[in-house]
Amino acid sequence: MSGESTYQPNNGFTKWMDTRLPLLRLAHDSFVDYPTPKNLNYWWTFGGILTFCLVTQIITGIILAMHYTPHVDHAFNSVEHIMRNVNHGWLIRYIHANGASMFFLAVYIHIFRGMYYGSYKAPREVLWILGVIIYLLMMAAAFMGYVLPWGQMSLWGATVITNLFGAIPLVGDSIATWLWGGFSVDNPTLNRFFSLHYLIPFLIFGVVILHIWALHVPGNNNPVGISVKSEQDTVPFHPYYTVKDGFALVIFMILFSYFVFFAPNVLGHADNYIPANPLVTPAHIVPEWYLLPFYAILRAIPDKLGGVIAMVGAIFILFVLPWLDTSKIRSARYRPLFKQFFLIFVVNCLVLGYLGAMPAEGVYITLARICTIYYFAHFLIILPLLGLVEKPREIPESISASILPETAASPAE
Amino acid sequence: MSDTNTTGNGTTETKTASHEGEPNRRAFLHLTTGAFAAIGAANVAWPLIDQMNPDASMRALASIEVDLDAVEVGQSLTITWRGKPVFIRRRTQDEIRDAENVSLDALPDPEADKSRAENPEWLVMVGVCTHLGCVPLGQAGEFNGWFCPCHGSHYDTSGRIRKGPAPKNLEIPPYQFVSDSRIKIG
Repeated sequence: MSGESTYQPNNGFTKWMDTRLPLLRLAHDSFVDYPTPKNLNYWWTFGGILTFCLVTQIITGIILAMHYTPHVDHAFNSVEHIMRNVNHGWLIRYIHANGASMFFLAVYIHIFRGMYYGSYKAPREVLWILGVIIYLLMMAAAFMGYVLPWGQMSLWGATVITNLFGAIPLVGDSIATWLWGGFSVDNPTLNRFFSLHYLIPFLIFGVVILHIWALHVPGNNNPVGISVKSEQDTVPFHPYYTVKDGFALVIFMILFSYFVFFAPNVLGHADNYIPANPLVTPAHIVPEWYLLPFYAILRAIPDKLGGVIAMVGAIFILFVLPWLDTSKIRSARYRPLFKQFFLIFVVNCLVLGYLGAMPAEGVYITLARICTIYYFAHFLIILPLLGLVEKPREIPESISASILPETAASPAE
Repeated sequence: MSDTNTTGNGTTETKTASHEGEPNRRAFLHLTTGAFAAIGAANVAWPLIDQMNPDASMRALASIEVDLDAVEVGQSLTITWRGKPVFIRRRTQDEIRDAENVSLDALPDPEADKSRAENPEWLVMVGVCTHLGCVPLGQAGEFNGWFCPCHGSHYDTSGRIRKGPAPKNLEIPPYQFVSDSRIKIG
């Protein structure tokens, strides 16, 4: 953003540091005196919430790794050992397991917020792409983490997902074997998934730093979607948004705690409390709730390779969203048609999630096909066309003008 | 290298570089150094990648022998081979007839029953759905063969895919009859 650094080192040590490694200056300029649009609403608090989620997962995860054994003969029992014997083990594991769900809940709200307010549009395309990369890494981490307890859903979820690679022509089988380190999901697979599950959060942390960097170059988008024009449009990040983010975080923690303390297994699947058995597939395999829409897309296509392509495409299409949306107007507030299509898109995603949890038969398949087609149509047909045919509402002159009453100019007292 | 670079002098080299499209000594060194660095990196990377492939103990899981004495007509046996379930089914006459009477045109992955079961009474298959690797349920589905509950693939009494997302028939492992009632898989 604009402006010189306002950081003033106020003692000998910070002055000494500032000429050698200006870390405090960076923190001050990024999170204290950082000029932030003054009209951000509560949908903008999820960046902070997500940071909290990531840190929570890393801390609880490191602790769990101290007690967990990544071996097919011991993994299931070591998780039960954490639950029953390790001091506060139940709490730490439930925070970690539900933390994954909370992480995805927050990230979905964050993504939909970006879509609604056009936060992916110029000059924030790279910011958006980094976000999609984080989302992909999150899915990989969550998937591998779900395998570690080595219950029935762990084994068979891993089997289904790794077999997706088998759909790749020619080299598919070799890739699947390479991923497994054997001829099926087995001990080598569990071992490497544990290793990678430990690695990925730190990769996410790195990309998050890039994500924040890419955010701080153009600055925050905001609910009206017009760029900051003067200092009048901004307030310092601290205390205005540290307090707002903090308040939202506390509300979020209440929801988090509800799941951890009162419904710790409601988001999981009972079958994962049955030790993995390579000879029996559970009658009804479902992924965790946050992957269900993509699972529905996978099953909607009556062809192995086609299903895999559609599922992967459903995620990768997000990378090119900034170039599919032809409208120059960022915020949906001034796009009457887009606003409605956005709502349909959100409902469509929720319906896909519901269908992913249902058995793959009869009417569910038909509905899943319709929703899959709509999902892609939203990106490939509706968004490009809307920008051309839609007549946007009048855009306010500035952020200040959009939130201050028009009479503000006249003397009131 | 038409011009002489014997001086090794920077100015001379700059002049030769401007000679149309002719690689100079520096470009040549850049290219060869880069190429060798890339080959070296690939050589180091390979062990780091290949270590994830099945190790010697996995590959050594050669074969197992199974006693079939106790299996009556219409019964099946599931055993584990290379970490995967293998179905051994002693088929009924009805099942054999159903499997043999199918026109190959009706099959997504055409294969005659004869080539899948050398002794028609015994059907030996890897019990892994060719879609995404679940274990199908026996004597179920629309063709009274196997049915995969994960994504709804139907196999017939010969283990051939008939309906659903699976692309291929259930795999036949290498096997041979050691005696009338013993089979060696692998």
